[in-house]
Amino acid sequence: MSDFPWLDVAIFMPLAFAVVIGFLPKGNLALLRYAALGATIATFVVSLGVLAYFDAGNSGFQLGSRAEWIPEWGVGYITGVDGISVWLVLLTTFLTPLAVLASWSVTKRVKPFFVFLLALETGMLGVFSSLDMFLFYVFWEVTLVPMYLLIGMWGYSNRIYAAMKFFLFTLAGSLLMLVAILYMYFAVGGDPTFDYQELLGTPLALDVQRLLFLGFFASFAVKVPLVPLHTWLPDAHTEAPTAGSILLAAVLLKMGTYGLLRFAIPLFPDAARELVPLIMTLAIIGIVYGALVAIMQKDLKRLVAYSSIAHLGFVVLGMFVGTIQGMSGGILQMVNHGLSTGALFMLVGALYDRRHTRLIADYGGLAKTVPVLAGVFLFVTMSSIGLPGLNGFIGEFLILLGTFFGYSWWVVPATFGVVLAAIYLLWAYRRVFHGPVTNEANTTLSDMNVREWLMLAPVMAMIVFIGVYPKPFLDRIEPAAEKVVTQLRDSSMIPGQVEEAVGP
Amino acid sequence: MGLNTPEIELLGIAPEIALVIGALAILIVDAIIGDSRDKWHLWMLSTITLGLSIFFAAQAWGTNELHLGDMIAVDGFATFVKITLAVFALLTVWLSRGYLHRDGIEESEFYALLLFAVAGMMLMASAADLIVVFLALETFSLALYVLVGFRRTSLAGQESAMKYFLLGAFSSAFFLLGIALVYGAIGSTQMYGSAAEGASAQGIATTLVSLPAGEFTLLVIATGFLIVGLGFKVAAVPFHMWTPDAYQGAPAPVTGFMAAATKLAGFAALIRLLDAILFPLRDDWRPMVIGIAVLTMAVGSILAIVQEDLKRLLAYSSIAHAGFILTAIVASNDRGVSGSLFYLATYGITVLGAFAVIAVLGGRDERRTKVDDFRGLFYDSPLLAGALTLFLLSLAGVPATVGFVGKLVVFGAAVEAGYSWLVVVGVVASAVAAFFYLRVLVVMYMQERREGAELVVPDSSALGRGAIAIAAVATVALGLYWSPLIDFAERATFFFSVG
Repeated sequence: MSDFPWLDVAIFMPLAFAVVIGFLPKGNLALLRYAALGATIATFVVSLGVLAYFDAGNSGFQLGSRAEWIPEWGVGYITGVDGISVWLVLLTTFLTPLAVLASWSVTKRVKPFFVFLLALETGMLGVFSSLDMFLFYVFWEVTLVPMYLLIGMWGYSNRIYAAMKFFLFTLAGSLLMLVAILYMYFAVGGDPTFDYQELLGTPLALDVQRLLFLGFFASFAVKVPLVPLHTWLPDAHTEAPTAGSILLAAVLLKMGTYGLLRFAIPLFPDAARELVPLIMTLAIIGIVYGALVAIMQKDLKRLVAYSSIAHLGFVVLGMFVGTIQGMSGGILQMVNHGLSTGALFMLVGALYDRRHTRLIADYGGLAKTVPVLAGVFLFVTMSSIGLPGLNGFIGEFLILLGTFFGYSWWVVPATFGVVLAAIYLLWAYRRVFHGPVTNEANTTLSDMNVREWLMLAPVMAMIVFIGVYPKPFLDRIEPAAEKVVTQLRDSSMIPGQVEEAVGP
Repeated sequence: MGLNTPEIELLGIAPEIALVIGALAILIVDAIIGDSRDKWHLWMLSTITLGLSIFFAAQAWGTNELHLGDMIAVDGFATFVKITLAVFALLTVWLSRGYLHRDGIEESEFYALLLFAVAGMMLMASAADLIVVFLALETFSLALYVLVGFRRTSLAGQESAMKYFLLGAFSSAFFLLGIALVYGAIGSTQMYGSAAEGASAQGIATTLVSLPAGEFTLLVIATGFLIVGLGFKVAAVPFHMWTPDAYQGAPAPVTGFMAAATKLAGFAALIRLLDAILFPLRDDWRPMVIGIAVLTMAVGSILAIVQEDLKRLLAYSSIAHAGFILTAIVASNDRGVSGSLFYLATYGITVLGAFAVIAVLGGRDERRTKVDDFRGLFYDSPLLAGALTLFLLSLAGVPATVGFVGKLVVFGAAVEAGYSWLVVVGVVASAVAAFFYLRVLVVMYMQERREGAELVVPDSSALGRGAIAIAAVATVALGLYWSPLIDFAERATFFFSVG
């Protein structure tokens, strides 16, 4: 079964199901929901095939396929995963069914909702699996449209502004990337091609590299987001429906960090190396700034949104310190953040379903009325803070360790960020769940139901699993991480130096 | 000494002749049949005529000659443009049928004028003499002036027709002056000149080859005037003033036809003139075209943001698109020529689709063309909203639609020619432009129909629906697999470089 195209089937399965759901009767809510749930679970099962046949010792791309698309232009359908993208593919397929479960509260226009959600899943999986720049760009942009509609059609009061801002910020960045891709296309020499593996190792002068790197960086830095390009994120996360917030935080932001790893560093290593201090500074500003702003938030969703800025700062920091620990930690932390923040958005969504408010001040003393929900919330909060034994600790520890090896003093402000994370999350937790029940409306809330258990239990299991036994993850991440670290530290694409640097 | 009579080879202009005969036939048949109840013979005859015209145009595929005293070029470039024009006209005829019928203004003149306009535009594509370019320009412009004001009872229609006519006449004068200066510079208005040994006729191309560089000041000035004249037709800034008014006042199918076909005809002449004939003078005209391109992209994208009327919004968007095509002309390489052809063909289909949807939704006498009138359209008629979404996303250049491929190829041509900075300007303009396309999506998907606003009841004919469906399918299908069309455009370019 190892020649079965697990990856390609997983990419296009959600889209195929989206078309099927498009033909179901729009009045039958239960049918639509279970169809969407079934579709996403089936996709997850197929993606497990990708994991099962993944060869951990191989640092190259695997399990993909290669077909001609527009041969005259050197555009191909080329897919494949390595130790970095395989986890992001699985994260996507793992969280989408849970996002579907979190969408039971959607009662208006249910059919288009699930159609867009499934189309979004295909886009996200495509981004993580494409090895052709053209294909990558198509998937990259295609994810924008369903997410835009999800935010704009099912979001909260300020949804249109948020959707617009989300789309335009991302589009502006990606268009600059498009120019850089076009430049690469003609610079490769010989027949122009968009094949990523052929573009790797294109010799480019340093000043050209710098401009092209910035073109790619513009696109990815908006997506991550790095301060000061982050302003779309709090709006989009806050206004999106729960499923949208989950996928935005857990998967879409990772497209940015993934892009840096997959394209920006390997294609332009000299420019990347030169810009490391700048990027690390931005990352640390993100860590501290995101945390400080999160402390002051009155809105729970906004608080989680700002915490994402801080956490993604850690990921970028780890990726650019140029040590294997930092890189592995950064990659693992992408998955960790997806799980923890995804779960936090599920929980905030659950609270919203009960009380129809996101303001921290409207809650208080919920631990008395919904003790189980409070317990789960605490568990997920601890994972996000980085309590040892849970997943967040492994990632953050590796990143800090790697930073210490690479740039010893830079670790100080970064560690400060961990402390701040504890402050904003625990303080918010205290205000929501502890103390006396001050608001009459909070006395009659119901505790977690079966559906909510179904969506949170798998995440909690993964949180513990990674926290206790991260070896299977790190084993697969490390070969790919090592390759990127080598590229960042040693390889050179400047003409004349290419031969010595690029190995076979 | 015998009189040197030119050899008459009518096959070279067979597509145009077919159209003119067809148009006359429509007028006569209508006069004979008179008021038949649903006038199906009008669109039927137009369809047959356009089909014949495509057939004749396709016959010329593979030839590369000058006909009729070196005044008509029959080459791949002209063939591509002619076939594309006829396809645009076919779609226009189909979508006009229901529109005219609904508004009670279905008359034979409409179809006849449309066919005359197409004939003029086709002539424009194969003109190899500046006088012929001028004749062609006037032929289709006169037809369009009438078509723009075809809703005789509409005040806005009258106003826009008048404006279009006055400014059009003004720009024709510039073009004529350019022709006169060319004649003053080289003593001929021919573009290519005769290839025959010892022929009396000099052309621009032959002159440029034979004379040393640096003696063409007058020709460069003339080029400037010619660019102004054609820049008006393609709606390039600062010659775009007529566009928003004419687009808004004209009947929606005519607007779609103008956006698609006038642009194609104007650019066909411009491309032949600049990228083939005046190619040796590119260092002189490039700065002009670059300036116009930058202005066009910027002004079109920025002014579209504040528009409240969807037709007006698309008018500014069409200005911005002219700017994108100009970047490929600046590149003036093979990829630029084939890229512009591809862009024009696909932009035309997309924009025709968009105006087809507006024609259907506008209701009788086009009462609903404000962006705000489309509130909640997705919930009332999801299919039409979906089609309009596709067209708008394609105009915005989102991947998986053909608009993205078009942008990629024209921007690619400019990057290849070393104008990356111009492409950066282009993508910034596209990012700005995305805003107003998205605004239409916001209205259709994210806002509910106003209390008391009338329900949009699409009342299109099956023919109109068919035109929309064809355009929508083409937008996606060519966006995912564009090999056949780009291959066609590239081979058209291959024939195009006539010595």
